[in-house]
Amino acid sequence: MDAIARLRKSKLRKNLNFTFVTAFAAAGLAIFLMPFLYMIVSSLKTHSQMTAMNAPIWPATNPSFTLNGENAGSYTFQVMKNEQLTDLTINMSEYNGKAMTIYTVPLADGTKKNLAVVQGFTQYAIFMDPQNPSAAPILWQGPDGKGGYFKTLPIPWVFSPTWANFPHVWNLEFPGENGTYKLFPVSFMNTLFYAFTTTIGVLISCTLVAYGFSRFRFPGRDFWFVILISTIFLPGAVTIIPTFTFFFKIGWVGTWLPLIVPAFFANAYDTFMLRQFFMTLPRELDEAAMIDGAGPFRVLWSVIIPQSYAAIVAVTIFHVVWAWNDYFGPLIYLTTKQQYQPISVALARFNYRFGSDPQYIQAGALITLILPLVIFIIAQRFFVQGIVITGVEK
Amino acid sequence: MQYGRASLALARQPYIEECEMELLTHLPKKRTKTTSYWKMSPIARREYRNGILFLLPWFAGFLGFTLIPMLATLFFTFLDLKILDVLTTPKWVGLANYVTLFKDNQIWNARPNSSPGALWVTIRFGIIALPVGIFLPMGIALLMNSKWLKGSNFFRSMFYMPYIIPFVASIFLWGGLLNPASGWINKGLSAMGVPFDSLPGWGNDINWVYPTYVIMGLWGIGNAMLTMLAGIQGVPTDLYDASKVDGAGSWGAFWNVTFPMISPVIFYNLILSVVGLFQYFLVPLVVNQGTGAPGGASMFYNLYLYKTFFVNMNMSYGSTLAWVLFIVILITTVIMFSTARYWVYYASENP
Repeated sequence: MDAIARLRKSKLRKNLNFTFVTAFAAAGLAIFLMPFLYMIVSSLKTHSQMTAMNAPIWPATNPSFTLNGENAGSYTFQVMKNEQLTDLTINMSEYNGKAMTIYTVPLADGTKKNLAVVQGFTQYAIFMDPQNPSAAPILWQGPDGKGGYFKTLPIPWVFSPTWANFPHVWNLEFPGENGTYKLFPVSFMNTLFYAFTTTIGVLISCTLVAYGFSRFRFPGRDFWFVILISTIFLPGAVTIIPTFTFFFKIGWVGTWLPLIVPAFFANAYDTFMLRQFFMTLPRELDEAAMIDGAGPFRVLWSVIIPQSYAAIVAVTIFHVVWAWNDYFGPLIYLTTKQQYQPISVALARFNYRFGSDPQYIQAGALITLILPLVIFIIAQRFFVQGIVITGVEK
Repeated sequence: MQYGRASLALARQPYIEECEMELLTHLPKKRTKTTSYWKMSPIARREYRNGILFLLPWFAGFLGFTLIPMLATLFFTFLDLKILDVLTTPKWVGLANYVTLFKDNQIWNARPNSSPGALWVTIRFGIIALPVGIFLPMGIALLMNSKWLKGSNFFRSMFYMPYIIPFVASIFLWGGLLNPASGWINKGLSAMGVPFDSLPGWGNDINWVYPTYVIMGLWGIGNAMLTMLAGIQGVPTDLYDASKVDGAGSWGAFWNVTFPMISPVIFYNLILSVVGLFQYFLVPLVVNQGTGAPGGASMFYNLYLYKTFFVNMNMSYGSTLAWVLFIVILITTVIMFSTARYWVYYASENP
């Protein structure tokens, strides 16, 4: 009996541990990813909700009601005007097609109801029931019938995402060098172009250099390899001033060239990764090809590359994400040519102009991050287990 | 192409970790005897030629975009080049730029609330940012390694995911959440009863600007987390068994087994963080528009350098700032490496 009780107890404890640790991780993750939720929710709000004090956290709007000929009657109410009872006549047909604001109205019987205001005055107002438009309008004179101003009543919020923010942001026109242009579509295409051209440069140059480092024995190879990797640690500041000045002198500042051309001269990251992968490939196939008379380019093209698709895909993915993120290079080289700027620079520019419209900023941020996010979701394996595919045991 | 790091870890390609790890751990130790080219066999000679041929794209890039610019920067530090488009012959000024730098208030001013110098900005930010940048990824990695965690693959992916978000977008996401007026954080704080006057002003508040940057950099921890996790998973299980036999609890096992065993990974992340810290400026550039607001608290060294060159067009002084930064980073790294053996445990050295 003791043994069973102990077993049960330990099982309970195990379950408790699982629940506790997993719940803890989930809570941490929720906090960590909170900005995503903020972005999605905020990008679907209206400007008036963003600035309203008592607005709910979810995307909502103030409902309004428009009469479409459901009620064409004429109603007379007795109201106090200049301390005299006066007749007030409301012709419902006059209000056809007008949007009426809906308020949460406290009625004389103590209940609250969402009613549309037909005509409001400082001490009383005429309301109608949007659920039942053909019914007669109601005269409201404050919660206790002694007069009240309808504008002090709370306005209800109804869940309603403002999808229109996205097309609005997407179609916004910004001033550029040669007249206005649509900021997001243009910069989105610019980034695609930037990512595409530099990926080609990186793939060509890094494959060649990685092949040189992995397949040929020559004195000084290890030395150069260390130099290659050390360039990662080099502060960019120490090379940027002459480089920028040089590009400025030859008239490349304000074009894509200073961003694209260096990509064709191999960088340490991608070269390293491809080299690590090439090192894992067996040399027998190279040698067989060489005996058949293949030169080094032929071996690279027909033997190495067909075996390296995984590494090439990985380099492509990483480079595209990197190019999407790149901010500083495009910022300095394309400051004066707004319509060439990629999306990261465009988003910062957008933020400076729409600082008081958080809903647009969040919609713009979503447009900016959607592509890398989709790439990540599709190619998760490459990112989280990127170490595995290089074939280096860890 | 890579100019500084967006956050302490952001804006880098994922496998850079591995790449740098290789440099730190596998430096070629024994030298192979080099034979002169002319004494080589024809086959070796051909292999040499072909190897160099394939390395040419990188050699050209290294010369053109790294080595020559570096030396040119050094040369500029001894000149007086004030404008971008030089028409006159530059004047040789010797060490004058260095003298200016060592007297520059923008770097040395120690008053924290009226335009503090870049040195103090870096130190004050580093005191908050470095511990977060090391211990948070370590904590998450430990959590991911917990045998009680269900769906650890999912959690690992999700904690990594923000790393690939363009950092400009992530700044605006966090910036929205931290907005003093409309952000959720301050709304939550006031709902909890924090009076309006004591709500933090985050990025615009001199007391809160560094925590704001740290929070905005949180999404860059993905890589550090992965390397720490790899380190933790690489600890041999028999060490834990041994510690259990010795009567260690889970805390004792962590402190006496896990921590020393992953200290090389921690050390390596620390080096990267320190190097990144010295070059930190992209976040202040975007968040506070590079103005140094509030009260000069965001005028980081690299931001000052950026403004010196790109706004004030002072090439020589910008170059001087750049070379001093380079030397400081070099010295710091060398000091860290040379003291590493006192506090980093390398398992292979003690067989």
